[in-house]
Amino acid sequence: MTVQATNTQMAPRFISRIRFKAPLLVTFGLAWLALMALTALFADVIRPYEITQMDLSARLSGPLTQGHLLGTDELGRDVLSRLIQSIRVSLVIAFGATLLSAVFGTTLGFLAAQFRGTLEHLILVLADFQAALPFLILSLAVLAFFGSSLTLLVGLMGFYGWERYARISRGLAISAGAQGYASAVVQLGAKPSRVYLRHILPNVASTLIVSMTLTFPEIILMESGLSFLGLGVQPPESSLGNMVGFGREYLTRAPWIMLAPAFVIMMTTLSISLVGDWLRDKLDPTIR
Amino acid sequence: MLSFLVTRLFRAALTIVLVMTFAFIVLRLSGDPASIMLGPDAPTDSVAAFRAEWGLDDPIWKQYFAYLKSIAQLDFGVSMRDRSSAINLVLERIPATLALTVPTLFIQLGIGIPAGVFAALHRQSIADRGVIMLSIFGFTIPSFVMGLLLVLIFAVTLGWLPSGGQDSWRHAILPIATMSVGGIGILARFSRSAMIEVLGQPYIRTAMAKGLSWRDVVWKHALPNASVPIVTIVGFMVGSLIAGAVVVESIFSWPGIGRLLIVSVSNRDLAVVQCLLLVIATAMVVANLCVDFAYGLLDPRLRSKAAAH
Repeated sequence: MTVQATNTQMAPRFISRIRFKAPLLVTFGLAWLALMALTALFADVIRPYEITQMDLSARLSGPLTQGHLLGTDELGRDVLSRLIQSIRVSLVIAFGATLLSAVFGTTLGFLAAQFRGTLEHLILVLADFQAALPFLILSLAVLAFFGSSLTLLVGLMGFYGWERYARISRGLAISAGAQGYASAVVQLGAKPSRVYLRHILPNVASTLIVSMTLTFPEIILMESGLSFLGLGVQPPESSLGNMVGFGREYLTRAPWIMLAPAFVIMMTTLSISLVGDWLRDKLDPTIR
Repeated sequence: MLSFLVTRLFRAALTIVLVMTFAFIVLRLSGDPASIMLGPDAPTDSVAAFRAEWGLDDPIWKQYFAYLKSIAQLDFGVSMRDRSSAINLVLERIPATLALTVPTLFIQLGIGIPAGVFAALHRQSIADRGVIMLSIFGFTIPSFVMGLLLVLIFAVTLGWLPSGGQDSWRHAILPIATMSVGGIGILARFSRSAMIEVLGQPYIRTAMAKGLSWRDVVWKHALPNASVPIVTIVGFMVGSLIAGAVVVESIFSWPGIGRLLIVSVSNRDLAVVQCLLLVIATAMVVANLCVDFAYGLLDPRLRSKAAAH
């Protein structure tokens, strides 16, 4: 909800600023991200084989062999098809988790700004706690206690970075309150929900969007790290990290199983960093 | 200064209590410890005996305090696998992890900071662009990809270095190299931007105007002022170092606490996981305390500001 409101409010300014000439690397990054998004969207159509379709007579065949552009894995499954499906799974998890943590963190930040007092202290203490443990360790502990499932994984990743949004939105909401436009709307009789969603949120949105470009690649890395360790996405479902993890067993005989997803992970996080840096320069006056 | 120390120590203690509470809550939410320890088919009377022995029939707050008390006595329970004490299992793995993380930290500091400072002092040069590009690559390559690439190149193709295990110092080279890369990238980037910011300050112009040599300006005025933001990043890096150790130890079968964590999580060995959680949280809190004290030493202004609050 909140994010949709943000987008429509932001759209005109956002686009006019993007029309600045983009440097070559940024253009490349945008192109790669568009390719990834399209791959994830049309995974079912462009996938040459089913991801579980085995061909035991063509096990571990190399890239560019007939019918298998990127070769096959230890069970003769087509690496390209699995790669396409993995891109979809990893992107869906990262996208869902980024939205979840942005909405959750921003809500808590606004609540802290609105009610102050004990609630604010409680939220800040929780944010401190989140910063006190590496997120990987925290998620490993939760997975140890509850076991792994896709829903739990998205929910867990949705906690990644919420404290950043909470801190930012709280600080910005408090300073917005001091600027007068928010209190003017309150004087006119607006409910707090209206003040925050219609007036404060559009004003702080560009900073929050920049934070989202920072968390998104980190969530991709976190999910692929967990899946690589065998504790994230579970087979038969497949994600980029999980492909690298299984490909590791065949590092000497069939390095392409591991290199293809590793390359995609690297290119994707690299592209998001390049595009995100550039967006930050364009959109955000507060962070450099 | 004293009240600054006391506030920081209080917050550190609070964080550790929070981590313990988190571990307690998650442990209770995850199911009945009796059925986890004894299995689902355990006879009812042995379940009842277990519950009585561990105080599981007490009210929840009483259990919580009993739990805090046992932790204060360094009693973390026993591993479910071989019934050995959890804290001993963890403690005997710590030296192996330190053997990786400590050299890594020094390499990161020794390469990352000079590279960033050099880039800042030679802005827009080829060296500067090189440092920026390399640092972006450094921190966008996930450590597990980096590790496997290094194994593929140096162990599989060239055969120069072993791909896993812990028999000699040569076994430590690839893990340390893998862990260093990301941190060097982050440090180089932050030292560069911190240094550029400081070099634009008026006091640098004053120092140059009064005729100091460039060398003195950099060493006596720019670097000390740039050190505060750099130290902040170093504090954050301790956490990523521990998280990195989890991945790297598992790639290179290095018997440290990271590998222990993965194995215990896969076996759902809750006592060991809980103990590791506390040990890691304590290490992080101590590292952050050191960073806070370093602030006080580096920047007298922060000392008086913190005391005033």
